[in-house]
Amino acid sequence: MATVAIPRDEQAFLEYVQAGGQVEATDWLPDAYRAMLVKFIEMHANSELMGVLPEREWILRAPTLQRKLALTAKVQDEVGHAQLIYRIVEDLGKPREQCLADLISGRSKFHNVFHYPTRSWGDVGVIAWLVDAAAIISQKALLKCSYAPYARIMKKICWEESFHILHGRDVILALVTGTPEQFELVQEALDRWWAPLMQFHGNPIPRDEDPMWRWRIKSQGNEEARQQFLEGYVPQIRELGLELPDPKLRRRDDGVWEYTEPDWDELRHVVTGHGPMTEERLAFRRRFLEQERWVRDAVLAA
Amino acid sequence: MSGEQVFEVFRQERRGQPFEHAGSVVAPDAGFAEAWAREQYGRRGESVALWLVPREAIREVEDWADEFDLKYRRVDGYSIKARLKEARDRASSRAG
Repeated sequence: MATVAIPRDEQAFLEYVQAGGQVEATDWLPDAYRAMLVKFIEMHANSELMGVLPEREWILRAPTLQRKLALTAKVQDEVGHAQLIYRIVEDLGKPREQCLADLISGRSKFHNVFHYPTRSWGDVGVIAWLVDAAAIISQKALLKCSYAPYARIMKKICWEESFHILHGRDVILALVTGTPEQFELVQEALDRWWAPLMQFHGNPIPRDEDPMWRWRIKSQGNEEARQQFLEGYVPQIRELGLELPDPKLRRRDDGVWEYTEPDWDELRHVVTGHGPMTEERLAFRRRFLEQERWVRDAVLAA
Repeated sequence: MSGEQVFEVFRQERRGQPFEHAGSVVAPDAGFAEAWAREQYGRRGESVALWLVPREAIREVEDWADEFDLKYRRVDGYSIKARLKEARDRASSRAG
């Protein structure tokens, strides 16, 4: 049976991916598609790499040895995801060194949630449970990505994220079944994280106007992802006796969640490099890249 | 990526199962590639074995010309429905 030929024409290629077709690194790809992939996947890799910093701050302050080990393992997983995803970007033509240079100079972006401080151990629980839950919804939608190498690597990543959600839930459950002060630690963290969580999946542009959907890089729209998050997690949060800081949040009879309009200006402001922790975390990355240069040089000289 | 090489990684989940392509690592030599691959694809015991193959060593074949109409080698090369009907009709007319 002759294999399906990947169309070497932009319009035909678009129709091919819109019909559910997938492509490989060695196939012909339209320039616009390749550029879109690099932008999207690079931001994902950046987010994995920057996303460990808020949690890393708590490794030395973890309440027990077991928690310290689990958190260290999670940080290793996330850095591993960054490496896997940067490999995909490299195969698309952008070298990792260029990605890192663009990251530390602020030319490329990373997810909004990693621009905020982690003030307490409650934050660690909220990040591992809810930020990872929101992220896994986006990542599961990438399992059907038209770019097959990215879709395949997402299988491994989603598998590892499932440990993280359990770890986060376990941290939260320990706190909400503890002293009133521990319960308050979670509630206070949740109050601060709710706005960034609601912004996480992006503004509700119609699916068909989203170029990432047009090229079938993503398989769902932003609002679909947010609705899925609310549907899955609001009941789980509320059953623990925690309150969500949005008086308008409610599930309509038709199953759609209503909520206060998230602050899209804040989202734009934060992801363009003006978050409360953006500068500090980028400075950390810059310092480490510099500090560890001798390791890379030694390895490559060997 | 100066001085570095891409190694494709294949992993076997359980003894007796086929090796499946898992992803790739980039490393200065096979020893480093093994170290990265062990961390990436084995640290939770999810693989019983790994194959590391330099990307240049892979010979890819993806053109499948069928000039000689070789469909008799496949199940879709046989359409028996019409013949089966005829055979049954003949058998029943013989019996009748």
